[in-house]
Amino acid sequence: MTTTEPTTTEPTTTEPTRTGARTGGRIGEDAQRPDGTLKVTGEFAYSSDLWHDDMVWGVTLRSPHPSARIRRVDVSEALTVPGVSAVLTADDVPGENAYGLEHADQPVLAGEFVRYEGEPVALVAADHPETARRAAARIRVDYEVLPALTDPRRALDDDAPQVHPGGNLVRHLRLRRGDPAPTAPVVVSLDFEVGMQDQAFLGPESGLAVPAEDGGVDLYVATQWLHVDQRQICLALGMPPDKVRLTLAGVGGAFGGREDLSVHVHACLLALRTGRPVKMSYGREESFYGHVHRHPAWMTYEFGAEPDGTLVYGKVHTLLDGGAYASSTAAVVGNAGTLGLGPYRFPSVSVDAYGVFTNNPPCGAMRGFGCVQAAYAHEALMDELAAAVGVDPVEIRRRNGVQEGDRNITGQVIDSAAPVAELLERVAALPLPPPPAERPDLRDLPGAVGNTTHGEGVRRGVGYSVTYKNVGFSEGFDDYSTARVRLQVTGGEAVATVHTAAAEVGQGLVTVQQQIARTELGVQQVVVVPADTTVGSAGSTSASRQTHVTGGAVKAACEAVRTAVLQRAAVAVGRPVAGLALDGDKVVGPGGEVLAGLADVLGEDAVEETVEWRHRPTHAIDPETGQGDAHVQFAFSAHRAVVDVDTELGLVKVVALDTAQDVGKAINPDAVVGQIHGGSAQGMGLALMEEVVVTDGHVRNPSFTDYLLPTILDVPPMQVEVLEYADPHAPYGVRGVGEPPTISSGPAVAAAVRAACGRPLRRVPIRPEHVTGI
Amino acid sequence: MRVTTTVNGTERTADDVWPGESLLYLLRERLGLPGAKNACEQGECGSCTVYLDGEPVCACLVAAGQATGREVTTVEGLADGTALHPVQEAFVDAGAVQCGFCTPGLVVAAHDLLARVPEPSDPEIREALAGNLCRCTGYEKILDAVRLAARRQAAQ
Amino acid sequence: MDFLQPSSWDDALAARAERHDALPIAGGTDVMVELNFDRRRPAALLDLTRVPELSEWSVAPDGTVRLGAGVSYGRVIAELGDRLPGLAMAARTVGSPQIRVRGTVGGNLGSASPAGDAHPPLLAARAEVEVASAARGTRRVPVAEFFTGVKRNALAPDELIAAVHVPTAAGPQQFCKVGTRNAMVISVSAFALALHPDRRAVGTGIGSAAPTPRRAPDAEEFLAGELDWDRRPALPEGLARAFGERVAAAASPIDDVRGTAAYRRHSLAVLARRAATWAWDDLRRAA
Repeated sequence: MTTTEPTTTEPTTTEPTRTGARTGGRIGEDAQRPDGTLKVTGEFAYSSDLWHDDMVWGVTLRSPHPSARIRRVDVSEALTVPGVSAVLTADDVPGENAYGLEHADQPVLAGEFVRYEGEPVALVAADHPETARRAAARIRVDYEVLPALTDPRRALDDDAPQVHPGGNLVRHLRLRRGDPAPTAPVVVSLDFEVGMQDQAFLGPESGLAVPAEDGGVDLYVATQWLHVDQRQICLALGMPPDKVRLTLAGVGGAFGGREDLSVHVHACLLALRTGRPVKMSYGREESFYGHVHRHPAWMTYEFGAEPDGTLVYGKVHTLLDGGAYASSTAAVVGNAGTLGLGPYRFPSVSVDAYGVFTNNPPCGAMRGFGCVQAAYAHEALMDELAAAVGVDPVEIRRRNGVQEGDRNITGQVIDSAAPVAELLERVAALPLPPPPAERPDLRDLPGAVGNTTHGEGVRRGVGYSVTYKNVGFSEGFDDYSTARVRLQVTGGEAVATVHTAAAEVGQGLVTVQQQIARTELGVQQVVVVPADTTVGSAGSTSASRQTHVTGGAVKAACEAVRTAVLQRAAVAVGRPVAGLALDGDKVVGPGGEVLAGLADVLGEDAVEETVEWRHRPTHAIDPETGQGDAHVQFAFSAHRAVVDVDTELGLVKVVALDTAQDVGKAINPDAVVGQIHGGSAQGMGLALMEEVVVTDGHVRNPSFTDYLLPTILDVPPMQVEVLEYADPHAPYGVRGVGEPPTISSGPAVAAAVRAACGRPLRRVPIRPEHVTGI
Repeated sequence: MRVTTTVNGTERTADDVWPGESLLYLLRERLGLPGAKNACEQGECGSCTVYLDGEPVCACLVAAGQATGREVTTVEGLADGTALHPVQEAFVDAGAVQCGFCTPGLVVAAHDLLARVPEPSDPEIREALAGNLCRCTGYEKILDAVRLAARRQAAQ
Repeated sequence: MDFLQPSSWDDALAARAERHDALPIAGGTDVMVELNFDRRRPAALLDLTRVPELSEWSVAPDGTVRLGAGVSYGRVIAELGDRLPGLAMAARTVGSPQIRVRGTVGGNLGSASPAGDAHPPLLAARAEVEVASAARGTRRVPVAEFFTGVKRNALAPDELIAAVHVPTAAGPQQFCKVGTRNAMVISVSAFALALHPDRRAVGTGIGSAAPTPRRAPDAEEFLAGELDWDRRPALPEGLARAFGERVAAAASPIDDVRGTAAYRRHSLAVLARRAATWAWDDLRRAA
């Protein structure tokens, strides 16, 4: 690279080893984060903290209309504003004016049409963000407002407005298994609706693009997958990958919302046009328009069962609103369909899952990815079934839960642990919270210091849920990761360096990489260098896959390094390779006896290996029957929620949210529990308060004033039971951790509220109006 | 306009400040102190919590000019040289940090709580930290960190 | 944009007289949101945080608290919980600790949001707003007349809010606020109640359920007339309920993103019933 590295203004360079040296820890131990100290002192450089001499600020002008034709864009007045260095429109996109995660259907800047409120139309670069905002306000866009398709239930009607020329269907997943016309003595059914949830990562979309002397650009950005970003940016800029270099800046949370591009191409365009570094950083309101959300869902479910509750069949119709562009809708439909009946045995199944285009905000990846929506429906219906046959909610699930060796609804054999029954038993056995106090502290009551009840109207409810989720990318995707590992002796100490392009987004992958290298190479010092595109793709930090896939790549690269080093050592000490091992800066024999110093074997040399690692292949499903080995691994979790509900006011206090989850192998047990806590809280948020409210294509609550995230007074104490049934097909037996808790927590909370208030509650988030029936 | 304020014990001056700028922008973009974070800029998340004349405030809701002549302490000013403050250390040790974007604000808010209430009850901790959103941790380990810091401070 | 920073009350009024286009800013908890979100670009900001007179409170011989417009919610909670319990309860529900350190009762009145948390207890306590201008000196406006519309108040363009005068509580007070989160939430509905056993009167204040904060005069009169102030028996359930219905009837709520009109009305009935019961029980215990 020929450009200056960006830094924050004061002495804030990132030194990965600063605390890494102090912490240590091999796999299975509670290792501390290497970036922990930097994060508690405010020195960790997030993407919005970046700063560069001579930089200018980029801002985006967005469409106020959900559907319109752009007749004309006049930027002349904006260009006259002092301090403005560039104003760009669709005409200024040098490559293809299109990007997209799976289909390049989204313009970098809107050309002829805008298809959702908030779609980017023009860009301004100026010396101060306020200058840029004022200039953007002086861009004249002549819109011809068009009829908008805002009700996804009308998307497939013949007379519906067409969002794209190819029609409004993104994907229809059809799945059929067993008896095509099944009947059963007990039949239960329901309709369920899930609102649009936002990832609401706290670190807003931001990045710094620096033009390079070679005519290319260096982009420092918060993202989940550097290489898929690079591919899309190259297409839009019309540049080869060697001219578009990405480095991961500090990421303030992701949860799926950073899989799609935000500032990426825009910042690069402005940097290349102005010849100056360009910083872009969204505010919270813009962030709501700047990334995809979780798909809202409309679902109709029917279960047939024997009188004892044994399931006979399941019928599902699911509609997901994909919004204006495809993003990852097709894959979300894939999950909502193939995993849409939960971790239960169904002899006969009929599923139709649809993802459609509308003029609503685009929807895509969010933690739980299609399974979250489905879980609300299948878990509510399991409770219905339990009531219909007179069995308790734990027993109905235990009785129908899949076990290792069973086939799921796509006919795939579940070939590692599927401890549905055990998870339920364990979570049910966890101690229950004490009953409400005689004179409770306001802060322990629904409404808290709002002083809405002193116990009046409060009833307690308990709810259960068990769910499962695929880990990694499915349906035949070439899902791999690349790791480069180097071992050398520096200052008398063995140091391993791990380099991948995998995005650390807060989940703790940097720690896991260190733990794996320590374990495989016997070293203490492991430096994880910043992720960038000078090493091969690591795939996405999503689908609970990085510990499995990038962990697998790091393990494999370490093994290759170890083999090379031991071969050298074998020659040096005149012993066979078998039986030799690395321990710190020593080569030891079978009994642990020191045979040589690593420095003696390596001298000044560094041994470096780069490995691309793949999990077992998955396969496309049959388009007619939905059958096939679509997934590589399944992860199971169960939740029990205890709530106190003010049944007169409809306010809810979650008292306990306990869980049991099988993680295969906990590489970092402390971090695993942290993931489960956080995932559970996000699931609870959707159940009770989180919704992007969209009316006629307009977002009505793009702020943290009205998009409510759970506070520390909302999230209860959480008991976590971690099971470790190793998956023999995964490195160290690991099983994805991040998403399952987000899937099973919400349905348990909803069930508990139902139990407390006695109402069906067929929509989340549950509002006080629903609880009170007013 | 010119703004002169004392930040972490040092007098700092910034020129050409736009009067609509917040203290948060002043700190982050003009004074090279990006520790206070820009998550919502509407006082709904606490990520930008700093001390202003000894009281914890959202820096995003203080106009830069209002800080003239005042004393500001940011997360960057809590550690004593290279030694972390016990609250910072407890956040690392308890695993209360994931993405970390909320962490600087929470560290300042917890620092303030423990200065006022050395041994807070759980409801007190929750009420005191209710203005600091965290999207990663579900708050359990943040509570652990505050309890740990309180215990360590009491033991000293 | 200009930044005006008077250091005395007289200078502040002079600046206000000269610059009607200046937006007063105190704690900044409303104003800065509007600036950060590009909702408002006033020609000038008039910073009132350097005016020492505004940050003081005092008690008049008749027991009325004169609360300077710049006194923060945090100080109301810490320093005035005994004299103004209703206002202190409301202050505790404002935003977060960080907001309560900065936000002021005067600022709440200046914004005049129908959802302002301080308004219901001020209404229930029959507070008066003291406003001032350089040209005409001070005048006092009963708080119920201060709110003139959604986010509009009775201030003339050259006036500033100096203080609010709130009688020291003569009896129990309650404040209840419904929000869809257990902290840091804007009210879906709010209700304040003050019992005035000295004059056998009842005060009410309703928030977030009409274009402005407002009283429920019929409900006040009804309850004051029905209560057995002499013997103070337990509050009959039917009376509490009837009071709640009258409070709900006084509201004219709308549907919005935070809640429906029907729920707002319903919740007010529940809050008023409960608040009346708690306050009356407090009075009985105090006797």
